[in-house]
Amino acid sequence: MKAVVTVTLKPSILDPQGEAVLHAVKGMGLQEVKSVRIGKHIELEIEGGDEKKLKAKLEEISRELLSNPVMENFHLDLRAGG
Amino acid sequence: MKAKEFALKLGLTEEEFDRIQNGLGREPNETELGMFSVMWSEHCSYKNTRKELRKFPTTGPAVLVKAGEENAGVVDAGDGLALAFKIESHNHPSAVEPFQGAATGVGGILRDIFTMGARPVAFMDSLRFGRPDAPGEAGKRTRSLIHGVVAGISHYGNCVGVPTVGGELVFDPAYEGNPLVNVFCLGTLRHDQIRRGAAKGVGNPVFYVGAKTGRDGLAGAAFASRDLTEESKADRPAVQVGDPFVGKLLFEACLELYARPDLVVGVQDMGAAGLTCSTCETASRGGSGIEIELRKVPQRETGMTPFETLLSESQERMLIIVRKGRERELKEIFARWGLDAAEIGTVTDTGRVVVMEGGKVVADLPARMLADDAPVYERAAMTPAKLAEKQKYDLGKILPAQPRVKEDLLKLARSPATGSRRWVWNQYDHMVGLRTVVRPGSDAAVLRVEKPGGGWVRVAMTLDGNGRWCAQDPREGSKALVAEACRNLACAGAVPLGLTDNLNYGNPHDPELFWQLREGVEGMAEACRAFDLPVTGGNVSLYNQSPSGPIHPTPVVGVVGKVDEGVKLAPAVFSTGGGEVVLLGTTASGGLGASLYLQEVHGVIAGKLAAVDLVSEKKLHAVTRMVLAQPGVRAVHDVGEGGILWALAEMTFGEGSAGGEFRVPCGKERPEEALFGEGAGRILVELDETSMPTVENLAKEGGVELTHLGRTGGKDLQVTVHGAEMIWPVAELRDGFEKSLPKALGP
Amino acid sequence: MRFAVVQFPGSNCDQDCVHALRGLGQEARLVWHHETRLDPDEGVILPGGFSYGDYLRCGAIARFSPMMQSVKAAAERGQVVVGICNGFQILCEAGLLPGALTRNEGLHFRCEPSHLRVESPASRFTSGYGTGQMLRIPIAHGEGCYRAEPKVLEELEARQQILFRYCDAEGRVTAEANPNGSSHSIAGIRNQAGNVLGMMPHPERACEPEMGGLDGKGILLGAAGIGRSA
Repeated sequence: MKAVVTVTLKPSILDPQGEAVLHAVKGMGLQEVKSVRIGKHIELEIEGGDEKKLKAKLEEISRELLSNPVMENFHLDLRAGG
Repeated sequence: MKAKEFALKLGLTEEEFDRIQNGLGREPNETELGMFSVMWSEHCSYKNTRKELRKFPTTGPAVLVKAGEENAGVVDAGDGLALAFKIESHNHPSAVEPFQGAATGVGGILRDIFTMGARPVAFMDSLRFGRPDAPGEAGKRTRSLIHGVVAGISHYGNCVGVPTVGGELVFDPAYEGNPLVNVFCLGTLRHDQIRRGAAKGVGNPVFYVGAKTGRDGLAGAAFASRDLTEESKADRPAVQVGDPFVGKLLFEACLELYARPDLVVGVQDMGAAGLTCSTCETASRGGSGIEIELRKVPQRETGMTPFETLLSESQERMLIIVRKGRERELKEIFARWGLDAAEIGTVTDTGRVVVMEGGKVVADLPARMLADDAPVYERAAMTPAKLAEKQKYDLGKILPAQPRVKEDLLKLARSPATGSRRWVWNQYDHMVGLRTVVRPGSDAAVLRVEKPGGGWVRVAMTLDGNGRWCAQDPREGSKALVAEACRNLACAGAVPLGLTDNLNYGNPHDPELFWQLREGVEGMAEACRAFDLPVTGGNVSLYNQSPSGPIHPTPVVGVVGKVDEGVKLAPAVFSTGGGEVVLLGTTASGGLGASLYLQEVHGVIAGKLAAVDLVSEKKLHAVTRMVLAQPGVRAVHDVGEGGILWALAEMTFGEGSAGGEFRVPCGKERPEEALFGEGAGRILVELDETSMPTVENLAKEGGVELTHLGRTGGKDLQVTVHGAEMIWPVAELRDGFEKSLPKALGP
Repeated sequence: MRFAVVQFPGSNCDQDCVHALRGLGQEARLVWHHETRLDPDEGVILPGGFSYGDYLRCGAIARFSPMMQSVKAAAERGQVVVGICNGFQILCEAGLLPGALTRNEGLHFRCEPSHLRVESPASRFTSGYGTGQMLRIPIAHGEGCYRAEPKVLEELEARQQILFRYCDAEGRVTAEANPNGSSHSIAGIRNQAGNVLGMMPHPERACEPEMGGLDGKGILLGAAGIGRSA
């Protein structure tokens, strides 16, 4: 199985990196872009285990370790296969 | 009574609500109450401490901008050069989000300094946490806080290109639930470059420059004025994110703007309480009014209410008032730096802050009432019931019958409390700017600063605090730390010019805690007067407590001084050997009360510090400066925490430093007292034998005791006390010193 | 010789470079990243700092600035280009030097004196030094771990493009002396033509005794075409 965790900043949190990239993107001629938000994409390869238990544990890990609940949201996607 | 309920929810008291209502002659609306709630918080108004702060000496020949007048104090360093500096806390934000909390603390103090017209040239940080080597969750949490805070400071400070040149890092269980993050910044400017935060000239445009406004840190000032509780974690929308990149552009753009003759009328940063604070303070100082239109404020988020826009604490923003007709110059400069600059209003003569949204008035308040008329409270103070008990101690019950000094020193050397802070300052760019002459790890940092007419002035600075001393005796402890800060400067040959203080205490409504603050302020004030040292500003941080109790009372002082011209800077570590080592100052150890030794080696905080003799201390500093102007001085280091034995040990830790053979004076006291006592008024000097007669003479003429301790040489530290001789291989002590902190903190 | 020191938004060693160059008797002017003009006889310095906050990747945004197009053209014409720290990162992002600089192996920013061994005096930047000479020059970076494809590393070695390696106080190149985990302990490289230098340590911080030494002088003087006289 493969777990994909996407971590994004909460909407109200400033993303300095996104702002700087936004500026650069406009500088390269794409005036239409209105906002850039940068997040993290984390992949975990998993072998065996009970899916239900895995999901609960992964939720916990995503909340406690992979994301910073003070500033970030996460989305967990658990897929069959490699 | 809907408005009153709302006021209470915002943290205002009933009396404060009534005061607002009576002052206005009408019921305030919610937006206006929001503005009052932040401006009348302790953070902005000092309503609980103002009476105490008046006890500080704030004037002196060197003072150019006094405490409380502007964002930061400014002192004269001669030759037309002025120094702006200030310390500020970011304790609560760092407890909740250590990385961003510390980073925005650095950004905030940076803005305070360049708001004054100064170019920021150095940071220092004073950090306090629980013990990183505590077992279980507590230690884990502390380690993660330390990693986060240091990384946050490193992130912001390094990126803006201002070196972090010193500070302190202290561990004590008292800070476990409530860490202290105090940041200091120094800036340099010419006398004629000092900027004022006053809105003057009716019709002059008011500009908003820098980053856009979002819902960051809503009501952060109010957040800083409450106890930290378990629910604080739920207050999380309050987290502000710092953008050092924009911070750097902002200060470069502002400095470029200031350089245009007669363009800028007034300038104020938007820190705590953001737009509210900057508008009412500039109007109040200028004796004018300000009218702004919120629709013109650059916004990052949509649907923000006037309440949110006015109270937002988004970082990297400034309010600038320029001369009418020259708006284009400002816009051009900020456009070049890629920053927003929006004309959001004008200066008026109404004495009122008028806030509009789409032409409709949403708040209309007297500027002075918001900025200056917060109630001033007289808080009750009471000597703590347990104080006398805390101060009593029986050494016979704590120390073993047979002294075990050899093991004691090794234990001290291996403790993260005393270990090298290299792990921390290696993560800070402490050299950028090519000014850092004495780098972190010495008694005081020294910077070379360009004089307006060319050439250099050397500026020394230090940050000092000691919660343990102050917990055991807030008055003497506070005096002692001012004395220590000045002693640190003396070791750099510097005359202190000004002091900035960060008063970190607990809840002022608790009379025992307020007593600590009052005693602390009075102790500091007394010491400042003794050293002719004006307090040029600072910060008060109250409510520093967690469910496990209040922190130690912890005033932290930053002292800035000018190195005497003839002084040759000497390192704090021994030469390769062959030097004479003398003790300047008293031979009295001061005993083990409130000592690091008792805490680290025997696990107890007991007794109190010996009273500081401020008159002798001042003489010692003068003599030390004269000694440093003599040829042949190899090293100089003050005796502080850990006493004379730890000071001698530290002096052997330099690259290539020798050990030495020393005899430490000891009266009827126990050897542990002679060796580890933390009494004030002592400085160690290593010098050439040939320089000895001159130095002896200087000490004699200056009324300072001089005691020969021994000579440097060899690879061991050898100390004789009361006829008993002890030997430690320097390599073993140094190994403990270098490794204890990284070991305690983990990767 | 005259140098143009490029200021990107977020550069912070620009003034230090100007100060050091002038102290060595060279001319230096600051040029803003929006400008495009470079004189044909000018050397170019890309100074340290955090251009664009080092957001996305260090140097990734700076490479698109108008001035960088001029710098590329100047480099191709054979003009001297020196990238220090963030400047080195920009040169790699811009393709003027091979490889990339990634997060330090220890994950922390490190500011400390580093020991460097001069690997090849056969370049204008090192002509003031002898082979194997030891230099003490400070580093200050969080992303200085040099990485390149094995084939590129082989070529760099074979063509003596590696000018500086991290070493210990005795001149030994060891893993312990490598502050950031760089492949082959690389601290600085030149391009094949020999006119472009990128290095993580800051030579401009080692040009005055008061600032901790003079070991950086030779590099800046070498860039100016002044060799052994240093």
